[in-house]
Amino acid sequence: MTTPAVELSGITKRFPGVVANDDVNLRVAEGEIHAVVGENGAGKSTLMKILYGMQSADEGRMLVGGTEVDFSSPSEAIEHGIGMVHQHFMLADNLTVLENVVLGAEPRRRGLIDRKAARRDLEALGASYGLDIHPDDLVETLEVGERQRVEIIKVLYRGARVLILDEPTAVLVPQEVEELFRNLRELKARGHTIIFIDHKLEEVLAIADTITVLRQGRTVATVDPAEVTAHELAELMVGSELPTPSTEPRVADDHVTLAVRDLSVLDGSDRPTLDRVSLDVHRGEIVGVAGVEGNGQGELIEAILGLCQTSGGQLLLDGEDIGHWPVRRRREAGIGYVPEDRHSRGLLVDAPLWENAMLGHQTMAPFARGPFLDRSGARSATARIVEHFDVRTPGIDTSARALSGGNQQKLVIGREMAASPRLLVAAHPTRGIDVGAQASVWAGLRAARRDGLAMLLVSADLEELIGLADRLVVMLRGRVVAELDPATTTPRILGGYMTGADE
Amino acid sequence: MSVRRILMAAAAPVVAIVFSVAISSVVLLIAGTSPLEAWMEMLSYGTRLETLVATANRATPLYLAGIAVAIGFRMNLFNIGVEGQYVLAALLSASVGAAVDLPAALHVALIMLVAMTVGSLFAGVAGYLKVTRGVHEVISTIMLNAIALAAVGYMLRHWLIDDADTSLNMKTPEIPPSGRFPNLNGVVETFTREITRGRELWGFILVAALVGVLFHLFLTRTRVGYDLRATGLNPFAAEASGVDPKATVMRTMLLSGAVAGLIGLPEVLGDSYKYDLAFTRGLGFTGIAVALVGRNHPAGVAIGALLFGWLDSAAPILDVVGDTPREIVSILQGVVVLSAVVSYEVVNRVRRSQEARDAAAATRPKQEMEA
Repeated sequence: MTTPAVELSGITKRFPGVVANDDVNLRVAEGEIHAVVGENGAGKSTLMKILYGMQSADEGRMLVGGTEVDFSSPSEAIEHGIGMVHQHFMLADNLTVLENVVLGAEPRRRGLIDRKAARRDLEALGASYGLDIHPDDLVETLEVGERQRVEIIKVLYRGARVLILDEPTAVLVPQEVEELFRNLRELKARGHTIIFIDHKLEEVLAIADTITVLRQGRTVATVDPAEVTAHELAELMVGSELPTPSTEPRVADDHVTLAVRDLSVLDGSDRPTLDRVSLDVHRGEIVGVAGVEGNGQGELIEAILGLCQTSGGQLLLDGEDIGHWPVRRRREAGIGYVPEDRHSRGLLVDAPLWENAMLGHQTMAPFARGPFLDRSGARSATARIVEHFDVRTPGIDTSARALSGGNQQKLVIGREMAASPRLLVAAHPTRGIDVGAQASVWAGLRAARRDGLAMLLVSADLEELIGLADRLVVMLRGRVVAELDPATTTPRILGGYMTGADE
Repeated sequence: MSVRRILMAAAAPVVAIVFSVAISSVVLLIAGTSPLEAWMEMLSYGTRLETLVATANRATPLYLAGIAVAIGFRMNLFNIGVEGQYVLAALLSASVGAAVDLPAALHVALIMLVAMTVGSLFAGVAGYLKVTRGVHEVISTIMLNAIALAAVGYMLRHWLIDDADTSLNMKTPEIPPSGRFPNLNGVVETFTREITRGRELWGFILVAALVGVLFHLFLTRTRVGYDLRATGLNPFAAEASGVDPKATVMRTMLLSGAVAGLIGLPEVLGDSYKYDLAFTRGLGFTGIAVALVGRNHPAGVAIGALLFGWLDSAAPILDVVGDTPREIVSILQGVVVLSAVVSYEVVNRVRRSQEARDAAAATRPKQEMEA
């Protein structure tokens, strides 16, 4: 058996409150296209950052071409022939293709950049890999697919034998994906090894020689694409054997708290990211929204809160048209919000807990009195939230940054629950938090549902959706494509609808 | 805990000052003069009553400038246009003040109102451009500075000049006594000896102090102040919490400009009673440095303003005795700003990791109890 190009064993990486990689093993053979798949938050990116020297592992060994390595920076990884094509391109728009490619690795002659040599090398590189390039084009004039090609050439120019591509197809249209795959096969034919991160299953099955599946920071399987179906892969990704959050009897009544009617949202280039979506959420009901990330769930939530412009449709809260209300009025009317990313939308990390507890409720009692803040009211309300939702903190003057992810999340959930909302819009409420905190978040959501809270729950954790929701809808390409009863649904069925495999 | 907090808060400015004195001393050594001698001269001259009065007079407009800049900084808005806002406001309010005759308190209040309105509206132009056209406020305020200064020159020369004055100095007519702000010499002299004639402690320092107190109460006690701080800490979370980003930008610029409008008044109402070619410029830019040193906190900005005011007031002695160039003070001020920014960051990191340890400690005992 030949030496693998890259072998990672027992890689563990912890962040405060989260284990991003937990004893991960990855073995990539020389000259193969190896896909690493998993949901967002499964630990793919962390693993690749460790391999590329951007972060260092807490535990585990890395072998590159049979030699043990320990990179402390990407430049060391590059020296060992590992290159990375980032999802967000790292190109200087105002420089030409040639200048971008050589940037940081310029051939020199008497202390000056040897432009002739650079051009010669670049053209030779392009010719030998069949990559179509125009060295003198300004990068800002290039299409996305062309930019990506420049990134790949940049990596090859630095002598990479192993290429890591982080979700390369996320930004491409289908024709560009085909072009990319042609290029990747060419690279493989010339002996390069490619590690390919993705969560679009059809693509992975089309290009990969081997697939490694990560789930919740662990390697769950390494499979041969010829022997699995998209269904089975989806199941591996979301994990059907995990403990289920138990369902409770229905308490929903006939009253419709939130009615969404033909709601549409357009993106920057006037394409619909939310396409005539209609759904109802009843009092005391949890409606789960399943879907692969980026299929309109985020837009749906933002539209309900008033954070993005809608292009059509209606939003009714208890029968009242709220479509033109500003965010504040919607919050005051009783819409609670648990954001997808607590750091970007949910917290003021450098402010003390008691100021975080009032965020989103700063115009209402007990946090405000008239135009003034009610500091003592806010502080005692925060103390109650901390107590009731078991937020582990030295005190309410501690800044939110100091808390672990799970405790931050408990604070966010507690703050929204304490305001007794009519409608709660929650996105990935338990993402990235440990099992104990997850259980207490679930308990909180269930208790609120018993008290008549209407909830729209977006989650990538299918077990969570099936376990908590009274009804499930599946979103694909901005549309609701299925409505399912969680009692009769399995992650496998859901996965099928989510990836469009059953179309 | 609270003692530690206070020590931590004091650590950063102390470190910054020690560090910048050290750097400046090295510069003086290289220049071939004795640092010790220079510092001693400045200390002995700088502790005289008259120098302290000059310090307070210099610190008053610097404090207002620092607060005007800090209001913007607290929500990540860089109002570089304080300079133009205050010069324009000083010219127009001095002219209005000279044109009317009112009872004393009303007269002063009118002048202040005009100054704040002018500053506010002019800053509002930058705010309006940002919310309607997405023009970055740094760009627009820098350009508005140029416009303001050109407009001031034009208006002074063609419209507002005192025709009765035949000297070469271009100036607006003088504000009558009812529109002048009384000095505080009487109050100070009950505690000290008499202040040398010609030196006056401007009463406007009380207004500056009041502005600082109001700024603090606004930030910490009002809903609008909370919205402003929240936007500065995390604009996305603030928006999701119901803060209207555009309204907050407008409010902040108007408020910052209103305070900026007051910067010229200590001089106009307390000393010159007019706007003329000798009017002090550049305070708006120094205000940025003062706000940085003071960490945008009302008390910190006060320390920054007093420090800068003292350095400016004590420096002239260096020209008179010894051979130390007074420009060393500019170097000192520059290094103070840089080292303040650095040492605040260092102290902040120490505080953060301390807090993270405390938070981790708070988690552990309970888990052990459960186990």
